[in-house]
Amino acid sequence: MIGLDAIGLAAAALPATVALHHALDRHGARRWRNAAFWAAFATTLGAGPWLPDLANGCLVLAMVALATLGLRPGAVTSSDETTRAAGARRWGARLFLPALALPLVTLGGTLGLPDGRIAGIALIEPKQVTLAALVAGAAVALGLALLLTRPPRGTTPAETRRLADGIGWPMILPQMLAALGGVFALAGVGKVVADGVLGVVAVDTPLVATLVYCLGMALFTIVMGNAFAAFPIMTLGIGVPILIHKLGGDPAAVAALGMLSGFCGTLLTPMAANFNIVPVAALELRDRFAVIRVQAPTAILLLAFNIAALALLAFPGTPR
Amino acid sequence: MLVLSGIVIIVAGFAMRVHPLLVVTVAAFASAAAAGMAPLAVVALIGKAFVDARFLAVAWLALPAIGLLERAGLREQARAMVQRLRGATAGRVLLGYFVLRQAAAALGLTALGGHVPMVRPIVAPMVEGAAERDAEAPLDEDERQRLRAHAAAVDNIALFFGEDVFIAVGSILLIRAILQQEGVTIAPLSVALWAIPTALAALLIHGLRLLRLDRKAAR
Repeated sequence: MIGLDAIGLAAAALPATVALHHALDRHGARRWRNAAFWAAFATTLGAGPWLPDLANGCLVLAMVALATLGLRPGAVTSSDETTRAAGARRWGARLFLPALALPLVTLGGTLGLPDGRIAGIALIEPKQVTLAALVAGAAVALGLALLLTRPPRGTTPAETRRLADGIGWPMILPQMLAALGGVFALAGVGKVVADGVLGVVAVDTPLVATLVYCLGMALFTIVMGNAFAAFPIMTLGIGVPILIHKLGGDPAAVAALGMLSGFCGTLLTPMAANFNIVPVAALELRDRFAVIRVQAPTAILLLAFNIAALALLAFPGTPR
Repeated sequence: MLVLSGIVIIVAGFAMRVHPLLVVTVAAFASAAAAGMAPLAVVALIGKAFVDARFLAVAWLALPAIGLLERAGLREQARAMVQRLRGATAGRVLLGYFVLRQAAAALGLTALGGHVPMVRPIVAPMVEGAAERDAEAPLDEDERQRLRAHAAAVDNIALFFGEDVFIAVGSILLIRAILQQEGVTIAPLSVALWAIPTALAALLIHGLRLLRLDRKAAR
Protein backbone atom coordinates (compact mmCIF):
# COMPACT_ATOMS: atom_id res chain seq x y z
CA MET A 1 0.00 0.00 0.00
CA ILE A 2 1.27 3.47 -0.88
CA GLY A 3 1.80 5.51 2.27
CA LEU A 4 3.97 8.36 3.46
CA ASP A 5 7.17 6.27 3.21
CA ALA A 6 6.70 5.65 -0.52
CA ILE A 7 5.75 9.28 -1.07
CA GLY A 8 8.89 10.35 0.79
CA LEU A 9 10.97 8.17 -1.53
CA ALA A 10 9.39 9.88 -4.55
CA ALA A 11 10.08 13.30 -3.02
CA ALA A 12 13.71 12.27 -2.40
CA ALA A 13 14.26 11.78 -6.14
CA LEU A 14 14.37 15.56 -6.62
CA PRO A 15 17.19 16.50 -4.20
CA ALA A 16 18.99 13.28 -5.19
CA THR A 17 18.99 14.44 -8.81
CA VAL A 18 20.28 17.87 -7.80
CA ALA A 19 23.02 16.29 -5.64
CA LEU A 20 24.13 14.04 -8.50
CA HIS A 21 24.19 16.92 -10.97
CA HIS A 22 26.41 18.91 -8.61
CA ALA A 23 28.70 15.93 -8.00
CA LEU A 24 29.16 15.36 -11.75
CA ASP A 25 29.66 19.06 -12.53
CA ARG A 26 33.46 19.21 -12.53
CA HIS A 27 33.69 22.95 -12.95
CA GLY A 28 30.85 23.90 -10.58
CA ALA A 29 31.64 26.27 -7.74
CA ARG A 30 31.60 24.66 -4.28
CA ARG A 31 30.71 21.39 -6.00
CA TRP A 32 31.00 19.05 -2.99
CA ARG A 33 29.42 21.41 -0.48
CA ASN A 34 26.32 21.63 -2.68
CA ALA A 35 26.30 17.92 -3.49
CA ALA A 36 26.50 17.11 0.24
CA PHE A 37 23.66 19.47 1.12
CA TRP A 38 21.24 18.00 -1.43
CA ALA A 39 22.36 14.42 -0.70
CA ALA A 40 21.63 14.91 3.01
CA PHE A 41 18.20 16.32 2.14
CA ALA A 42 17.48 13.37 -0.14
CA THR A 43 18.58 10.91 2.56
CA THR A 44 16.24 12.35 5.21
CA LEU A 45 13.28 12.32 2.79
CA GLY A 46 13.86 8.87 1.35
CA ALA A 47 15.61 6.85 4.06
CA GLY A 48 14.63 8.94 7.10
CA PRO A 49 11.92 6.59 8.41
CA TRP A 50 14.42 3.69 8.56
CA LEU A 51 17.29 5.66 10.12
CA PRO A 52 17.67 6.32 13.86
CA ASP A 53 16.30 9.72 14.92
CA LEU A 54 19.78 10.76 16.00
CA ALA A 55 21.20 10.06 12.51
CA ASN A 56 18.45 12.13 10.92
CA GLY A 57 19.13 14.91 13.43
CA CYS A 58 22.84 14.88 12.51
CA LEU A 59 21.94 15.10 8.79
CA VAL A 60 19.71 18.09 9.53
CA LEU A 61 22.46 19.81 11.52
CA ALA A 62 24.90 19.12 8.66
CA MET A 63 22.50 20.81 6.21
CA VAL A 64 22.20 23.80 8.55
CA ALA A 65 25.99 24.04 8.79
CA LEU A 66 26.50 23.81 5.00
CA ALA A 67 23.79 26.38 4.32
CA THR A 68 25.22 28.73 6.96
CA LEU A 69 28.66 28.44 5.32
CA GLY A 70 26.94 29.52 2.10
CA LEU A 71 25.91 27.24 -0.77
CA ARG A 72 26.55 29.83 -3.54
CA PRO A 73 26.31 27.21 -6.31
CA GLY A 74 27.81 27.60 -9.76
CA ALA A 75 25.42 28.61 -12.54
CA VAL A 76 23.89 26.09 -14.96
CA THR A 77 23.30 27.13 -18.53
CA SER A 78 19.69 27.32 -19.65
CA SER A 79 18.20 28.72 -22.87
CA ASP A 80 18.82 32.36 -23.85
CA GLU A 81 16.20 35.02 -24.41
CA THR A 82 16.01 34.57 -28.18
CA THR A 83 15.45 30.82 -27.87
CA ARG A 84 12.73 31.33 -25.28
CA ALA A 85 10.96 33.94 -27.40
CA ALA A 86 11.14 31.56 -30.38
CA GLY A 87 9.80 28.74 -28.19
CA ALA A 88 6.90 30.89 -27.06
CA ARG A 89 6.02 31.58 -30.72
CA ARG A 90 6.47 27.94 -31.71
CA TRP A 91 4.50 26.22 -28.96
CA GLY A 92 2.25 29.12 -27.94
CA ALA A 93 -0.50 28.40 -25.42
CA ARG A 94 0.31 24.68 -25.52
CA LEU A 95 3.09 25.48 -23.01
CA PHE A 96 0.40 26.00 -20.38
CA LEU A 97 -0.91 22.44 -20.70
CA PRO A 98 1.79 20.59 -18.69
CA ALA A 99 1.75 23.37 -16.08
CA LEU A 100 -2.01 23.01 -15.66
CA ALA A 101 -1.85 19.20 -15.74
CA LEU A 102 -0.17 19.27 -12.33
CA PRO A 103 -3.08 20.78 -10.36
CA LEU A 104 -5.69 19.05 -12.51
CA VAL A 105 -4.27 15.55 -11.96
CA THR A 106 -3.88 16.35 -8.24
CA LEU A 107 -7.52 17.42 -8.03
CA GLY A 108 -8.72 14.53 -10.16
CA GLY A 109 -6.92 12.02 -7.95
CA THR A 110 -8.11 13.62 -4.73
CA LEU A 111 -11.74 13.82 -5.81
CA GLY A 112 -11.81 10.61 -7.86
CA LEU A 113 -10.16 8.25 -5.38
CA PRO A 114 -11.27 9.54 -1.97
CA ASP A 115 -10.54 6.25 -0.19
CA GLY A 116 -7.46 5.32 -2.23
CA ARG A 117 -9.08 2.28 -3.82
CA ILE A 118 -8.46 1.57 -7.49
CA ALA A 119 -10.66 -1.15 -9.03
CA GLY A 120 -11.63 -2.30 -5.56
CA ILE A 121 -8.07 -2.77 -4.38
CA ALA A 122 -6.84 -0.63 -1.48
CA LEU A 123 -3.79 0.87 -3.19
CA ILE A 124 -3.18 4.15 -1.40
CA GLU A 125 -3.60 4.97 2.28
CA PRO A 126 -6.77 7.09 2.42
CA LYS A 127 -4.99 9.86 4.38
CA GLN A 128 -2.25 10.18 1.75
CA VAL A 129 -4.39 10.29 -1.40
CA THR A 130 -3.80 14.02 -1.99
CA LEU A 131 -0.01 13.67 -1.67
CA ALA A 132 0.04 10.58 -3.89
CA ALA A 133 -2.06 12.49 -6.45
CA LEU A 134 0.42 15.37 -6.26
CA VAL A 135 3.28 12.99 -7.05
CA ALA A 136 1.28 11.60 -9.99
CA GLY A 137 0.47 15.14 -11.14
CA ALA A 138 4.15 16.11 -11.10
CA ALA A 139 5.02 12.98 -13.11
CA VAL A 140 2.30 13.68 -15.69
CA ALA A 141 3.38 17.33 -15.96
CA LEU A 142 7.01 16.29 -16.50
CA GLY A 143 5.99 13.68 -19.10
CA LEU A 144 3.89 16.20 -21.04
CA ALA A 145 6.62 18.85 -20.87
CA LEU A 146 9.13 16.34 -22.27
CA LEU A 147 6.76 15.20 -25.02
CA LEU A 148 5.92 18.75 -26.03
CA THR A 149 9.36 20.38 -26.02
CA ARG A 150 11.58 17.32 -26.72
CA PRO A 151 14.71 18.77 -25.06
CA PRO A 152 18.19 17.28 -25.54
CA ARG A 153 19.32 14.58 -23.12
CA GLY A 154 20.34 15.77 -19.68
CA THR A 155 18.15 18.87 -19.84
CA THR A 156 15.72 17.73 -17.14
CA PRO A 157 18.36 17.29 -14.39
CA ALA A 158 20.02 20.56 -15.40
CA GLU A 159 16.74 22.51 -15.29
CA THR A 160 15.80 20.84 -12.00
CA ARG A 161 19.12 21.92 -10.52
CA ARG A 162 18.74 25.45 -11.94
CA LEU A 163 15.43 25.95 -10.09
CA ALA A 164 16.50 24.11 -6.92
CA ASP A 165 19.73 26.16 -6.75
CA GLY A 166 17.68 29.29 -7.38
CA ILE A 167 15.46 28.59 -4.38
CA GLY A 168 18.24 27.02 -2.31
CA TRP A 169 18.19 26.44 1.46
CA PRO A 170 14.66 27.86 1.97
CA MET A 171 13.54 24.50 0.54
CA ILE A 172 14.27 22.87 3.90
CA LEU A 173 13.06 25.78 6.06
CA PRO A 174 9.40 24.64 6.27
CA GLN A 175 10.51 21.28 7.69
CA MET A 176 12.97 22.97 10.07
CA LEU A 177 10.16 25.15 11.40
CA ALA A 178 7.97 22.08 11.84
CA ALA A 179 10.80 20.58 13.89
CA LEU A 180 11.06 23.78 15.95
CA GLY A 181 7.30 23.60 16.55
CA GLY A 182 7.76 20.07 17.88
CA VAL A 183 10.49 21.21 20.26
CA PHE A 184 8.40 24.21 21.42
CA ALA A 185 5.44 21.92 22.09
CA LEU A 186 7.52 19.51 24.19
CA ALA A 187 9.15 22.37 26.06
CA GLY A 188 5.73 23.79 26.92
CA VAL A 189 6.28 27.19 25.26
CA GLY A 190 2.59 27.52 24.36
CA LYS A 191 1.33 27.13 27.89
CA VAL A 192 3.74 29.72 29.28
CA VAL A 193 2.59 32.28 26.69
CA ALA A 194 -1.12 31.54 27.20
CA ASP A 195 -0.79 31.82 30.99
CA GLY A 196 1.06 35.10 30.52
CA VAL A 197 -1.69 36.56 28.35
CA LEU A 198 -4.42 35.47 30.79
CA GLY A 199 -2.52 36.75 33.78
CA VAL A 200 -2.15 40.28 32.39
CA VAL A 201 -5.73 41.26 31.56
CA ALA A 202 -9.12 40.71 33.15
CA VAL A 203 -11.25 39.23 30.37
CA ASP A 204 -14.83 39.71 31.53
CA THR A 205 -16.63 41.65 28.79
CA PRO A 206 -17.24 40.41 25.22
CA LEU A 207 -15.15 43.21 23.74
CA VAL A 208 -12.10 42.67 25.95
CA ALA A 209 -12.35 38.89 25.68
CA THR A 210 -12.65 39.11 21.89
CA LEU A 211 -9.67 41.47 21.69
CA VAL A 212 -7.51 39.17 23.82
CA TYR A 213 -8.59 36.05 21.94
CA CYS A 214 -8.16 37.40 18.39
CA LEU A 215 -4.98 39.39 19.05
CA GLY A 216 -3.66 36.40 20.99
CA MET A 217 -4.35 34.10 18.04
CA ALA A 218 -2.56 36.50 15.67
CA LEU A 219 0.46 37.08 17.96
CA PHE A 220 0.77 33.42 18.82
CA THR A 221 0.67 32.52 15.14
CA ILE A 222 3.35 35.12 14.41
CA VAL A 223 5.58 33.42 16.98
CA MET A 224 4.82 29.81 16.05
CA GLY A 225 4.40 30.41 12.31
CA ASN A 226 1.27 28.30 12.22
CA ALA A 227 -2.33 29.10 13.19
CA PHE A 228 -2.95 25.40 13.80
CA ALA A 229 -0.38 25.45 16.63
CA ALA A 230 -1.88 28.59 18.15
CA PHE A 231 -5.52 27.52 17.93
CA PRO A 232 -5.68 24.75 20.57
CA ILE A 233 -3.81 26.83 23.14
CA MET A 234 -5.83 30.03 22.72
CA THR A 235 -9.16 28.27 22.26
CA LEU A 236 -8.78 25.96 25.25
CA GLY A 237 -7.28 28.80 27.30
CA ILE A 238 -9.71 31.64 26.52
CA GLY A 239 -12.11 30.74 23.69
CA VAL A 240 -14.05 27.91 25.31
CA PRO A 241 -13.98 28.82 29.03
CA ILE A 242 -14.54 32.57 28.67
CA LEU A 243 -15.99 33.50 25.26
CA ILE A 244 -18.25 30.48 24.91
CA HIS A 245 -19.11 29.28 28.44
CA LYS A 246 -18.88 32.44 30.53
CA LEU A 247 -20.06 35.05 28.01
CA GLY A 248 -22.36 32.86 25.90
CA GLY A 249 -20.67 33.41 22.53
CA ASP A 250 -21.71 31.37 19.50
CA PRO A 251 -19.14 28.50 19.40
CA ALA A 252 -18.96 28.36 15.59
CA ALA A 253 -18.38 32.12 15.34
CA VAL A 254 -15.75 32.14 18.09
CA ALA A 255 -13.83 29.25 16.54
CA ALA A 256 -14.09 30.42 12.91
CA LEU A 257 -13.11 34.05 13.57
CA GLY A 258 -10.39 32.93 15.97
CA MET A 259 -8.84 30.72 13.31
CA LEU A 260 -9.14 33.48 10.69
CA SER A 261 -7.41 35.92 13.08
CA GLY A 262 -4.62 33.38 13.26
CA PHE A 263 -4.41 33.43 9.46
CA CYS A 264 -3.89 37.22 9.65
CA GLY A 265 -0.88 36.44 11.83
CA THR A 266 0.37 33.93 9.26
CA LEU A 267 0.52 36.73 6.68
CA LEU A 268 2.81 38.73 8.98
CA THR A 269 5.50 36.27 10.03
CA PRO A 270 8.72 34.96 8.48
CA MET A 271 8.09 31.84 10.59
CA ALA A 272 5.45 30.82 8.03
CA ALA A 273 8.27 30.09 5.62
CA ASN A 274 6.19 28.20 3.08
CA PHE A 275 4.03 31.23 2.42
CA ASN A 276 6.30 34.18 3.11
CA ILE A 277 9.95 33.16 2.63
CA VAL A 278 9.88 30.45 -0.07
CA PRO A 279 8.23 32.84 -2.60
CA VAL A 280 10.94 35.43 -1.87
CA ALA A 281 13.44 32.85 -3.10
CA ALA A 282 11.24 31.48 -5.88
CA LEU A 283 10.56 34.95 -7.31
CA GLU A 284 14.15 36.18 -6.84
CA LEU A 285 13.18 39.05 -4.53
CA ARG A 286 15.99 41.02 -2.87
CA ASP A 287 14.14 41.92 0.34
CA ARG A 288 13.56 38.93 2.62
CA PHE A 289 10.41 40.59 3.97
CA ALA A 290 9.05 41.81 0.61
CA VAL A 291 5.99 39.53 0.63
CA ILE A 292 5.17 40.26 4.29
CA ARG A 293 5.41 44.02 3.67
CA VAL A 294 2.87 43.79 0.85
CA GLN A 295 0.55 41.59 2.93
CA ALA A 296 0.69 43.64 6.15
CA PRO A 297 -1.99 46.31 5.42
CA THR A 298 -4.54 43.68 4.36
CA ALA A 299 -3.68 41.42 7.31
CA ILE A 300 -4.11 44.22 9.87
CA LEU A 301 -7.40 45.46 8.38
CA LEU A 302 -8.78 41.91 8.28
CA LEU A 303 -7.75 41.31 11.89
CA ALA A 304 -9.68 44.44 12.88
CA PHE A 305 -12.64 43.19 10.84
CA ASN A 306 -12.56 39.80 12.61
CA ILE A 307 -12.46 41.43 16.04
CA ALA A 308 -15.38 43.72 15.18
CA ALA A 309 -17.43 40.90 13.65
CA LEU A 310 -16.90 38.60 16.63
CA ALA A 311 -17.58 41.27 19.27
CA LEU A 312 -20.69 42.63 17.53
CA LEU A 313 -22.35 39.53 16.12
CA ALA A 314 -21.48 36.50 18.23
CA PHE A 315 -22.88 37.52 21.62
CA PRO A 316 -26.68 37.66 21.34
CA GLY A 317 -28.39 39.04 24.41
CA THR A 318 -25.32 39.95 26.43
CA PRO A 319 -25.07 43.56 27.57
CA ARG A 320 -22.11 45.31 25.97
CA MET B 1 9.83 31.41 31.75
CA LEU B 2 13.24 30.35 30.40
CA VAL B 3 11.58 28.16 27.77
CA LEU B 4 10.65 31.45 26.07
CA SER B 5 14.33 32.02 25.28
CA GLY B 6 13.69 30.27 21.95
CA ILE B 7 11.17 32.94 20.97
CA VAL B 8 13.55 35.74 21.97
CA ILE B 9 16.28 34.15 19.83
CA ILE B 10 13.92 33.85 16.85
CA VAL B 11 12.87 37.50 17.04
CA ALA B 12 16.40 38.81 17.62
CA GLY B 13 17.92 36.49 15.01
CA PHE B 14 15.48 37.45 12.27
CA ALA B 15 15.85 41.14 13.16
CA MET B 16 19.67 40.91 13.03
CA ARG B 17 19.52 39.01 9.72
CA VAL B 18 21.39 35.97 10.97
CA HIS B 19 20.96 32.94 8.68
CA PRO B 20 17.38 31.74 9.36
CA LEU B 21 18.33 28.04 9.49
CA LEU B 22 20.93 28.81 12.15
CA VAL B 23 18.48 30.96 14.13
CA VAL B 24 15.85 28.22 14.12
CA THR B 25 18.36 25.57 15.22
CA VAL B 26 19.78 27.66 18.07
CA ALA B 27 16.26 28.58 19.22
CA ALA B 28 15.26 24.92 19.35
CA PHE B 29 18.32 24.06 21.47
CA ALA B 30 17.73 27.02 23.82
CA SER B 31 14.07 26.25 24.54
CA ALA B 32 14.76 22.53 24.91
CA ALA B 33 17.69 23.14 27.25
CA ALA B 34 15.52 25.42 29.38
CA ALA B 35 12.98 22.59 29.61
CA GLY B 36 15.72 20.25 30.83
CA MET B 37 16.31 18.19 27.68
CA ALA B 38 19.78 16.79 26.94
CA PRO B 39 21.49 18.07 23.74
CA LEU B 40 21.57 14.65 22.06
CA ALA B 41 17.87 14.19 22.78
CA VAL B 42 17.23 17.52 21.05
CA VAL B 43 19.21 16.43 17.98
CA ALA B 44 17.13 13.24 17.80
CA LEU B 45 13.90 15.17 18.30
CA ILE B 46 14.80 17.58 15.48
CA GLY B 47 15.64 14.65 13.22
CA LYS B 48 12.39 12.87 13.95
CA ALA B 49 10.23 16.00 13.50
CA PHE B 50 12.05 16.92 10.26
CA VAL B 51 11.40 13.45 8.82
CA ASP B 52 7.78 13.43 10.06
CA ALA B 53 7.24 16.69 8.14
CA ARG B 54 8.70 15.31 4.90
CA PHE B 55 5.30 15.54 3.20
CA LEU B 56 6.08 19.28 2.91
CA ALA B 57 8.82 18.44 0.37
CA VAL B 58 6.45 16.73 -2.08
CA ALA B 59 5.46 20.12 -3.55
CA TRP B 60 9.02 20.55 -4.91
CA LEU B 61 8.36 17.76 -7.40
CA ALA B 62 6.81 20.46 -9.61
CA LEU B 63 10.29 21.88 -10.30
CA PRO B 64 11.45 19.64 -13.21
CA ALA B 65 8.36 20.29 -15.35
CA ILE B 66 8.40 24.02 -14.55
CA GLY B 67 12.12 24.20 -15.37
CA LEU B 68 11.62 22.56 -18.78
CA LEU B 69 8.66 24.80 -19.61
CA GLU B 70 10.53 27.95 -18.56
CA ARG B 71 13.41 26.91 -20.77
CA ALA B 72 10.98 26.51 -23.66
CA GLY B 73 9.52 30.01 -23.14
CA LEU B 74 6.52 29.59 -20.78
CA ARG B 75 7.13 32.92 -19.04
CA GLU B 76 7.54 34.72 -22.37
CA GLN B 77 4.30 33.14 -23.60
CA ALA B 78 2.41 34.22 -20.44
CA ARG B 79 3.75 37.75 -20.88
CA ALA B 80 2.88 37.91 -24.60
CA MET B 81 -0.60 36.51 -24.05
CA VAL B 82 -1.55 39.13 -21.49
CA GLN B 83 -0.12 41.90 -23.67
CA ARG B 84 -2.59 40.97 -26.40
CA LEU B 85 -5.49 41.44 -23.95
CA ARG B 86 -6.68 45.03 -24.14
CA GLY B 87 -7.59 46.40 -20.74
CA ALA B 88 -5.42 43.94 -18.80
CA THR B 89 -3.54 46.08 -16.27
CA ALA B 90 -1.24 44.77 -13.54
CA GLY B 91 -3.89 45.39 -10.87
CA ARG B 92 -6.64 43.73 -12.87
CA VAL B 93 -4.53 40.65 -13.64
CA LEU B 94 -3.75 40.33 -9.92
CA LEU B 95 -7.41 40.79 -9.01
CA GLY B 96 -8.42 38.19 -11.59
CA TYR B 97 -6.01 35.67 -10.10
CA PHE B 98 -7.25 36.58 -6.59
CA VAL B 99 -10.87 35.82 -7.54
CA LEU B 100 -9.94 32.55 -9.27
CA ARG B 101 -7.73 31.37 -6.42
CA GLN B 102 -10.24 32.31 -3.70
CA ALA B 103 -13.21 30.77 -5.51
CA ALA B 104 -11.29 27.55 -6.17
CA ALA B 105 -10.18 27.34 -2.52
CA ALA B 106 -13.76 27.93 -1.34
CA LEU B 107 -14.76 24.89 -3.39
CA GLY B 108 -11.99 22.86 -1.77
CA LEU B 109 -9.67 23.11 -4.78
CA THR B 110 -6.64 24.40 -2.90
CA ALA B 111 -4.25 22.63 -5.29
CA LEU B 112 -4.97 25.21 -8.00
CA GLY B 113 -2.22 27.73 -7.36
CA GLY B 114 1.02 27.93 -5.44
CA HIS B 115 4.16 30.04 -5.71
CA VAL B 116 6.35 27.60 -7.62
CA PRO B 117 3.88 25.95 -10.03
CA MET B 118 1.67 28.98 -10.75
CA VAL B 119 2.96 32.36 -9.56
CA ARG B 120 6.56 32.16 -10.77
CA PRO B 121 6.03 30.75 -14.29
CA ILE B 122 2.61 32.23 -15.15
CA VAL B 123 1.08 34.88 -12.86
CA ALA B 124 4.16 37.02 -12.22
CA PRO B 125 5.15 37.24 -15.94
CA MET B 126 1.54 38.16 -16.79
CA VAL B 127 1.49 40.95 -14.20
CA GLU B 128 4.87 42.25 -15.35
CA GLY B 129 3.80 41.99 -18.99
CA ALA B 130 0.64 44.02 -18.37
CA ALA B 131 2.57 46.69 -16.45
CA GLU B 132 5.21 46.94 -19.19
CA ARG B 133 2.62 47.32 -21.91
CA ASP B 134 0.85 50.08 -20.00
CA ALA B 135 4.06 51.93 -19.17
CA GLU B 136 5.25 51.43 -22.76
CA ALA B 137 8.72 50.82 -21.34
CA PRO B 138 10.60 48.07 -19.54
CA LEU B 139 9.91 48.04 -15.79
CA ASP B 140 12.53 49.37 -13.44
CA GLU B 141 13.82 46.76 -11.01
CA ASP B 142 12.06 48.21 -7.92
CA GLU B 143 8.70 48.13 -9.67
CA ARG B 144 9.29 44.59 -10.92
CA GLN B 145 10.13 43.44 -7.38
CA ARG B 146 7.02 45.13 -5.98
CA LEU B 147 4.73 43.50 -8.54
CA ARG B 148 6.25 40.07 -7.92
CA ALA B 149 5.77 40.45 -4.16
CA HIS B 150 2.14 41.38 -4.87
CA ALA B 151 1.69 38.25 -7.00
CA ALA B 152 2.97 36.08 -4.12
CA ALA B 153 0.76 37.92 -1.61
CA VAL B 154 -2.37 37.39 -3.74
CA ASP B 155 -1.72 33.65 -3.80
CA ASN B 156 -1.52 33.57 0.03
CA ILE B 157 -4.38 35.90 0.93
CA ALA B 158 -6.86 34.39 -1.55
CA LEU B 159 -6.01 30.89 -0.30
CA PHE B 160 -6.23 31.68 3.43
CA PHE B 161 -9.54 33.51 3.22
CA GLY B 162 -11.11 31.16 0.71
CA GLU B 163 -10.35 27.70 2.06
CA ASP B 164 -12.28 28.05 5.33
CA VAL B 165 -15.51 28.46 3.38
CA PHE B 166 -15.11 24.80 2.36
CA ILE B 167 -16.44 22.47 5.04
CA ALA B 168 -13.91 19.64 4.71
CA VAL B 169 -10.73 21.71 4.96
CA GLY B 170 -8.10 20.83 7.58
CA SER B 171 -8.68 23.89 9.75
CA ILE B 172 -12.40 23.17 10.15
CA LEU B 173 -11.65 19.55 11.05
CA LEU B 174 -9.17 20.83 13.67
CA ILE B 175 -11.70 23.32 15.03
CA ARG B 176 -14.30 20.57 15.48
CA ALA B 177 -11.83 18.19 17.12
CA ILE B 178 -10.61 20.80 19.63
CA LEU B 179 -14.11 21.96 20.59
CA GLN B 180 -15.26 18.35 20.86
CA GLN B 181 -12.58 17.74 23.52
CA GLU B 182 -14.34 20.37 25.63
CA GLY B 183 -17.77 18.89 25.01
CA VAL B 184 -18.84 21.62 22.55
CA THR B 185 -20.32 20.12 19.38
CA ILE B 186 -20.67 22.28 16.28
CA ALA B 187 -21.71 21.63 12.68
CA PRO B 188 -18.93 22.10 10.09
CA LEU B 189 -21.36 24.09 7.95
CA SER B 190 -21.85 26.71 10.68
CA VAL B 191 -18.07 27.27 10.90
CA ALA B 192 -17.90 27.60 7.11
CA LEU B 193 -20.75 30.14 7.16
CA TRP B 194 -18.93 32.26 9.75
CA ALA B 195 -15.91 32.31 7.41
CA ILE B 196 -17.89 33.97 4.61
CA PRO B 197 -17.95 37.57 5.96
CA THR B 198 -14.16 37.59 6.35
CA ALA B 199 -13.76 36.05 2.89
CA LEU B 200 -15.80 38.90 1.40
CA ALA B 201 -13.91 41.49 3.46
CA ALA B 202 -10.61 40.06 2.17
CA LEU B 203 -11.83 40.31 -1.43
CA LEU B 204 -13.01 43.89 -0.90
CA ILE B 205 -9.97 45.17 1.03
CA HIS B 206 -7.32 43.48 -1.04
CA GLY B 207 -9.18 44.01 -4.31
CA LEU B 208 -9.28 47.76 -3.71
CA ARG B 209 -5.57 47.76 -2.88
CA LEU B 210 -4.81 45.92 -6.12
CA LEU B 211 -6.83 48.34 -8.25
CA ARG B 212 -5.05 51.25 -6.56
CA LEU B 213 -1.76 49.81 -7.86
CA ASP B 214 -2.79 50.83 -11.38
CA ARG B 215 -3.65 54.35 -10.30
CA LYS B 216 -0.29 54.68 -8.60
CA ALA B 217 1.43 53.42 -11.75
CA ALA B 218 -0.51 55.88 -13.94
CA ARG B 219 0.84 58.85 -11.98
